[in-house]
Amino acid sequence: METRAPYTSRKLLLELVGIALALLFLAPFYFVVVNSVKSFGDLLVNAANLPKSLHLENYSRVWQITNFPKVFWNSLVITVASNVGLVVISSMAAYRMVRVPSRLNKLLLLAFVSAMVIPFQSVMIPLVQVADWFNLLDSRLGLVICYFGFGVSLNLFLYHGFIKSIPAEIEESAVVDGCSPFGVFWKIVFPLLKPMTVTIVLLNSLWIWNDFLLPLLILTSPDLRTIPLATYSFFGQYTKQWDLALAGLVMSVAPIVIFFLAMQRHIIEGVTAGSVKG
Amino acid sequence: MKRNRVWPEWALQTIFVGPAVLAFAGIVLLPFLLSIYYSFTEWNGVSADVKWIGISNYKTILTEDSAFLYSFGFTARFTVMSVILTNALGFLLALLLTQSLKTRNLLRTIFFMPNVIGGLLLGFIWQFIFVKGFATIGELTGIGLFKLPWLGDAPTSFWGLIIVNVWQGAGYLMIIYIAALSNVPKDIIEAARIDGASRLQMLRAITMPLIMPAFTVCLFLTISWAFKMFDLNLSLTKGGPFGSTESIALNIYQDAFRNNRLGLGSAKSVIFFIAVALVTVIQVSLTKKREVEA
Repeated sequence: METRAPYTSRKLLLELVGIALALLFLAPFYFVVVNSVKSFGDLLVNAANLPKSLHLENYSRVWQITNFPKVFWNSLVITVASNVGLVVISSMAAYRMVRVPSRLNKLLLLAFVSAMVIPFQSVMIPLVQVADWFNLLDSRLGLVICYFGFGVSLNLFLYHGFIKSIPAEIEESAVVDGCSPFGVFWKIVFPLLKPMTVTIVLLNSLWIWNDFLLPLLILTSPDLRTIPLATYSFFGQYTKQWDLALAGLVMSVAPIVIFFLAMQRHIIEGVTAGSVKG
Repeated sequence: MKRNRVWPEWALQTIFVGPAVLAFAGIVLLPFLLSIYYSFTEWNGVSADVKWIGISNYKTILTEDSAFLYSFGFTARFTVMSVILTNALGFLLALLLTQSLKTRNLLRTIFFMPNVIGGLLLGFIWQFIFVKGFATIGELTGIGLFKLPWLGDAPTSFWGLIIVNVWQGAGYLMIIYIAALSNVPKDIIEAARIDGASRLQMLRAITMPLIMPAFTVCLFLTISWAFKMFDLNLSLTKGGPFGSTESIALNIYQDAFRNNRLGLGSAKSVIFFIAVALVTVIQVSLTKKREVEA
């Protein structure tokens, strides 16, 4: 009953084209997953077949070699802490800038927005120096503070656009009722920002979870490694030992893919919202 | 009324805006200014002595550093190919998925999926595909394309990077194009259909002009992704073979942190910044001009 347009043979053809393309898109994942449970000999003989026998010990070995729980924990802590801090500092700043559009605040907004053009590689050399001065090197907190700096421009910009559309009347009546400026913000304004906060947290999470170069420059102890750093060093040691390398890759990729599949509707909406504004 | 104390404006300004400004100034602005300063110096990063040498880093880069100039050319070629192909594929996928297909949502998820995985991991995944997977497919099917020495010489490494980059980015652009396409007013399309316009004519004369804002965004995104490529470059080809696929970002990284030439690296990063800023500003102003209202 739901068919508005009839399902023509042209549609069927397009459907088949779509499915063929999707299989092509998925093929690399097939190769990696299938070969990650093969013995090394089986893998060398034929990389396209299904495995002759399951070698799940590839996974348990990699789990131990990379100390996966620790690495996963590092990535999680860094991503969550950066998100919390970024949401707090950028929503507060954006709110003030919208409600008090003084010359200073307009100038600051312009500075934040223009800085989005600066590529990371253009600041990374002195950044290591600066991080050293502020004692941010080789510390998870230090890395999180760096993410505050690199994320605040976009987050503030997105919040700024969103807050502009919220009428100020509700806040004014709360002020009359004796609410402090902080109460007004956290109890009244911040809950209204929820859709934008969801978008921002998802965009930040994908970025920070996958980020490689900044952690590479800031963290040096093996204990502090995030998933991309651990994968990088693991791959360096086990090049050409594909059975282990692939199991390691699957383990590294799995968390973010599961996260995406669980949150896909929000992520796709977030991408649309984030890019149309940006 | 006691608990409703009046906060002075300067205190509110400091509390609300201060942390954001502090993080931004310390982590982005200060290093950015320092990188301009260091670009005029000779500095190895270890010793405290930073020697002012004027513009001689810039002279060295522009006259002697053929590797950097090569990486600039490589990055430009890579960006052009990647921008064209990623946008073309992303747009075609969006056209496909705005039809009322039964598998539409599933396909959208699959096409977007490579994008949530970081460039570093994608590079490693594809290293296996190019080295082992392609070889196996080549043996099984006998198709010559798969038997090429993928990642073994300069042209195949270049195209290897392009393939992975397009595979990664197309789904993201698809999402933006889908959003734009579904905002094109139905009545205009209907009117054109009644006037006897073909599908292709409608696409060219109505849809494309109306979704120019999406093109602006997508071109901006793909240009800046391709121009700043680092993770994928490092994990898939390491810039090789023989530096033939070394992007600017990788070249700066290697020179600064492997060879400890931080002054020279800073000069390169300033040039890199100017190039990125120029290209994106020019692109946005060119495509903005072509945006129309429905």
